[in-house]
Amino acid sequence: MSTAAHVFILALTLISLLFIVRMVRHNQLPSRYALLWLSIGAVIAFLATFPGVLDRVSSWMGIAYAPGAFFLGAITLLFLIVVHFSWELSRLDARTRLLAEELAILRADPPRDRPRSPASAPEDQPVDH
Amino acid sequence: MTALAPLTLPVPQARPARTLVILPALNEEAALSAVLRELALSCPQLDVLVVDDGSTDGTADVARAEGVPVAVLPFNLGVGGALQTGFRYAIAHGYGRAIQFDADGQHDPSQVPALLAALDEGADLVIGSRFAAPEEGSEYDVGRMRGGAMGILRLAVRVLSGRSFSDTSSGFRAFSAPLLAFYAADYPNEYLGDTVEALLLACQAGFRVVEVPVTMRVRAAGTPSTQNVKLAYHYLRALLSLLSRAPVRRRERALRRTLR
Repeated sequence: MSTAAHVFILALTLISLLFIVRMVRHNQLPSRYALLWLSIGAVIAFLATFPGVLDRVSSWMGIAYAPGAFFLGAITLLFLIVVHFSWELSRLDARTRLLAEELAILRADPPRDRPRSPASAPEDQPVDH
Repeated sequence: MTALAPLTLPVPQARPARTLVILPALNEEAALSAVLRELALSCPQLDVLVVDDGSTDGTADVARAEGVPVAVLPFNLGVGGALQTGFRYAIAHGYGRAIQFDADGQHDPSQVPALLAALDEGADLVIGSRFAAPEEGSEYDVGRMRGGAMGILRLAVRVLSGRSFSDTSSGFRAFSAPLLAFYAADYPNEYLGDTVEALLLACQAGFRVVEVPVTMRVRAAGTPSTQNVKLAYHYLRALLSLLSRAPVRRRERALRRTLR
């Protein structure tokens, strides 16, 4: 690759990093995700600055075409991140459902007055909602 | 899954347990009023709760006009979520048993005592089955594709539970106090989850499940909740869910047996 290409990639990476830092400073990105994306950005910036490193790594892996090794790594990483998001999304979904159910119960009318069976003793049944 | 602890202690066996009839309702304002009146006539001793599952019509108002308590969900959760809401309400207000009953009028309230009688005989889950009736002729037609898919699912249930059920998708059910607590903590919420998966969970956790023959009517109003396109997806998802749960649940069942 030409020097111009390396400068271009480096500039893109630095802009992305600045963007992430800005989001963190405005409290728009929790630090655990910031850490993830910043370290990924750092690795890309490193590879753009020292292109020889990528060539060496890909030949260790037995991959002749260096960008192939890069894309393999990138796709694997993104795949894992998306799986993680699926997990987190289902957890949020379960919690939201539970909150909705609890909200409905809290706002629901209490059972109509009837002679209550002694089974529901008042002391362990707070009814003030 | 996040599970909340049950809110009360189990009701002592000797005392008559109060029973809550739970009606999950989505846009059922047309049928609900008649269903509630028939229920009140037929089973005046039972308390009723309507769970409004994010209806856009006057379902909640109709229920309130009939003097029935309503729990209004802020958005649609599906039958599973609505039912779980009912279970949690039942436990929070000290009910010992619950009935699941359709708001669209396809269930006959005069058959509720039969389900409760089965609970009294020691069952934890009683399923009102359309197909367990003595006279085989009165079959409820569900269509060929759906019938086939139901058959595959029934086979999976038979293999995984070691038992044969005639109607795994019935929404006319009765629940004992221990099963209420079990379901209040965690209940499958996707389509088919609230029927087939819930049934299998109960079997595999060691609860006693029985079927009682009932007859069902053609729904009074409203539309069936599924389109043919989504059907294949839902059956596949349910099948996968049943299969993936099996090993874990078997371990839990073993644990339950040890604790008994």
